[in-house]
Amino acid sequence: MFNHDRTRRHAGATFTALALGAALILTGCAAGGNGGGDDAGDGGGDANLAITFLPKNLGNPYFDTSNAGGEEAIEEFGGTFAEVGPSEASPTSQVTFIQTAAQQGVGGLVVSANDPEAICDALNEARDAGVKVVTFDSDTNADCRDLFINQATAEGIAKSQIDLISEQIGDEGQIAILSASANATNQNAWIELMEEELAANHPNIELVETVYGDDDDQTSFDKTAALLQTYPDLKGIISPTTVGIAAAARYLSTSEYKGQVALTGLGTPNQMREYVEDGTVTAFALWNPADLGYLAAYATKALIEGEITGEEGDSFEAGKLGEYEVGADGVVLLGDPFVFNADNIGDFDF
Amino acid sequence: MTTTAPETQTVRTYKAHAHPAWRRVLVTREAAVIALLAIVIVTAIASVPNFDSPLTVTYLLRDLAPILLIALPMTLIIITEEIDLSVASIVGLTSVMTGILTQAGWPFAIAAITAILVGTIAGCLNGFLVTVVGLPSLAVTIGTLALFRGIAVGLLGTTAITEFPEFWTDLAKDNIPGTPIPGIMVPFAVLAIAFALVLHFTPFGRSLYAIGLNKEAAAFSGIDVGRTKFLLFMVSGTVSGFAGVYFTLLYSNARGDNATGMELSVIAAVLLGGVSIFGGRGALHGVIAGVLLIGTLGSALRLAGVTSDIINVITGVLLVLSVVSASFLAWLRSRRISAIGRKKGRSSTAPEPI
Repeated sequence: MFNHDRTRRHAGATFTALALGAALILTGCAAGGNGGGDDAGDGGGDANLAITFLPKNLGNPYFDTSNAGGEEAIEEFGGTFAEVGPSEASPTSQVTFIQTAAQQGVGGLVVSANDPEAICDALNEARDAGVKVVTFDSDTNADCRDLFINQATAEGIAKSQIDLISEQIGDEGQIAILSASANATNQNAWIELMEEELAANHPNIELVETVYGDDDDQTSFDKTAALLQTYPDLKGIISPTTVGIAAAARYLSTSEYKGQVALTGLGTPNQMREYVEDGTVTAFALWNPADLGYLAAYATKALIEGEITGEEGDSFEAGKLGEYEVGADGVVLLGDPFVFNADNIGDFDF
Repeated sequence: MTTTAPETQTVRTYKAHAHPAWRRVLVTREAAVIALLAIVIVTAIASVPNFDSPLTVTYLLRDLAPILLIALPMTLIIITEEIDLSVASIVGLTSVMTGILTQAGWPFAIAAITAILVGTIAGCLNGFLVTVVGLPSLAVTIGTLALFRGIAVGLLGTTAITEFPEFWTDLAKDNIPGTPIPGIMVPFAVLAIAFALVLHFTPFGRSLYAIGLNKEAAAFSGIDVGRTKFLLFMVSGTVSGFAGVYFTLLYSNARGDNATGMELSVIAAVLLGGVSIFGGRGALHGVIAGVLLIGTLGSALRLAGVTSDIINVITGVLLVLSVVSASFLAWLRSRRISAIGRKKGRSSTAPEPI
């Protein structure tokens, strides 16, 4: 009985093995086909312009936009674009993709780091294997990459917010700030710089209060309502956080203050589109992720071709964006934040 | 004449279904997994560019090492029809302990040993709740999965400790001199051989199968089921702790969320390798091949530029197929058995024509 039992199992196992084997060969062949394509791309030219983009995660509209910018640049200079990435943005999830890029022997890797430390060793191993590493959007430690493409500086963000609001309210009156949480480092740095900018260049604008919506949609919505009731003469609100600005716009668009109280801040086009179209918001800022990816691709090309090494003062040509210079710690600044308004918001989808 | 007829028939039935020894060795679930692994490797070498590089071997084995290590005790646990879902949380906990103690200025070796001990204690807690309190291991380890992870994340918050002595991080990353094989494969090989010897060649190992097939019968035949299971959970904790220290050094990164979800990779590979989730069946060489199969397939597909969601789909289909095939075989077997039952029934009641 026992013996009989086992033999049936074995015969069945053979069948299973065959079925699985067939499935595997099929997937293997499919894989081979793709691989062949990649290989053909790698071969062209003397510099290895195969560049892989590794966003924090795939399926994220922000990175879809930035990577499209990268692809555009790479097509311009005749390299090979590839995009890989984990499905979720966890600290070590990018490591295997960095390793794969090193194995493939790509010329350059453009990474938005999920964690400043976790992928450091993997990046350095890839660099040892000859891959040029550029971070964009989110940096690693400076000694783990060749360049960091910085989307905006705190000064640039603060100044653009103040410029936008002063333009919208006629450079005088009360304004308030709707921030994220009270201990958000970047928000607080921006607010401090905004206060300095107001004191220095806009004496007629009075910042009456800074409130915190904790990056929560409902809290931000309620805080907006409270602000408007507390300060009947309020002329404008700055919300330097994408959650806050969208919630404030939602409140304003349905209230009597629509068109009366100006709103600006940092937001994404998809969140803000309807409020720009219905006149609640005139203009708001963020960087242009497509330009960010475009610049990262050109910077990587310059590294691969040996035009720059990442030293401070190196400069390179970045196609339609013009010439850029490498700053301290291998940082390249994209430029001032990009202003979205009714004229250009239709060009963006992120 | 009528008295000998049924006996002859039984012998004939028996013989018709018995295969020679070579076939019994080659045509097994484990052999199927190994064959599949070979097919994947050959296909990948032939068709995926850059797959046949030493770097591939290094990266592959290095990243699979924690899974390979933890799969060893997991195999034994699942053979006894239990499960340990808390292993990845123990990896996270030991990772955090290693980091905190190193940061506090302990010599690394002492910090690592202490962290591994913490892993052992975590395993003992699982063992205690399963054997002494008598709770099902599925429930216990779902609980401790959250508990250990919670402690790990709570101890270190969202920060990470990244400073470790270079001597140790190099040791974790370096290859065996002159080969592309990572050094971690040496302790793994030692452990794997030890586990295989214990499982397949000692009475203790055989008793695990007995427990998995029938706990009561095993207890009646003198096996201390409780003590055996306690020991397995403890060893699982220790090995997971060791994997946690290795993971920390490999990525120079002690974080509470390290190895999140790894328990599923381990269990998936163990089941793919031919261990029955219902206990009582499985072999270590199949499990090792199972881990290597999932890892190699993933690595080859990634190198070929296949996106990670499609890789997940392919590994998922592979796993479902392996589970479905096991059930399908069980169904086939039960049909054969009932068919024989009917045949036997007929031969004993109906008079044999002479």
